[in-house]
Amino acid sequence: MRNETPPVGCDGAWRLKMKNEAKVATLNATAAQTTDMSLVGILGAAALGMALLFAAGFAQASVMHDTAHDQRHAMAFPCH
Amino acid sequence: MFKTLLTSAIFAGVAVGLIAAVLQLWLVTPSLLEAELYESGSRIHFAVDGSTQSDAGAPSPLDDPARHLMTMAFNIIVFCAFALFIVVGYALTERAGHDVSPRSGLIWGLAGFIAVQLAPAIGMPPELPGTVAAEVELRQLWWISTVIATALGLGLIAFGPWMAGVAGAALIAVPHIVGAPHLDTYFGVAPPELSAHFVTASLGTSAVLWSLLGLFTAIFWTKFKDA
Repeated sequence: MRNETPPVGCDGAWRLKMKNEAKVATLNATAAQTTDMSLVGILGAAALGMALLFAAGFAQASVMHDTAHDQRHAMAFPCH
Repeated sequence: MFKTLLTSAIFAGVAVGLIAAVLQLWLVTPSLLEAELYESGSRIHFAVDGSTQSDAGAPSPLDDPARHLMTMAFNIIVFCAFALFIVVGYALTERAGHDVSPRSGLIWGLAGFIAVQLAPAIGMPPELPGTVAAEVELRQLWWISTVIATALGLGLIAFGPWMAGVAGAALIAVPHIVGAPHLDTYFGVAPPELSAHFVTASLGTSAVLWSLLGLFTAIFWTKFKDA
């Protein structure tokens, strides 16, 4: 709760100060949120990479094996 | 964040996957097709009279375009996956205050080549079709353990204090001290020259592709991150 009253004649400066403080608070909140979200994003990207690599490089189903055959040999994945 | 990671990985992965398909079709696939002649028995090395001579020459890679289109598709998938791991590395190291640039990206790519191709190849060379080897589950386990140990080891060397670097070097050595699964018999049906040629072509093209992957991921990452 602010008990600061705008001095007469300085209304503009006070408003600007309030605006800036609000802006800083918003920025801080955004930064905290971005940090959390970015970790989730990083984990998500890593999980997606794992899933793609497993499907393309390691899945033993014969359809996957036949279609990925040359690529697996060329990249030296141990596939059969 | 996820969107930036995804777009930079996909742009770089698709570009390198396409280049991979061209390089492999030119330098690697002919050896695979030639080895299949020995795998199927339509060519025999060490024929009945015991001669080591056999005809050289690969079937044309243009005979089966559908097969090579699938190879291209899988190259794109695999390099997108590798690109995702690299950009995850960029995001994590940037959080720790390390800059990413095309130059550092190139080093990331080379480190990826060492971790995913070179280190496993020391224990288990890339195999031609028709190669008889130890059980696939054992080899997959050794392969994935070696990749993880080498990647972690290189990370400790690159970003840790010197003591962590020593631990990293030891970690890189562990899979080779344990040893890759091998059989106690040689079964090779293809000429050793063909196998050697395939292995060098496989590792050589991979080195180029991983370098490009590091470079491209860093270029796209720095571009999209600030956009």
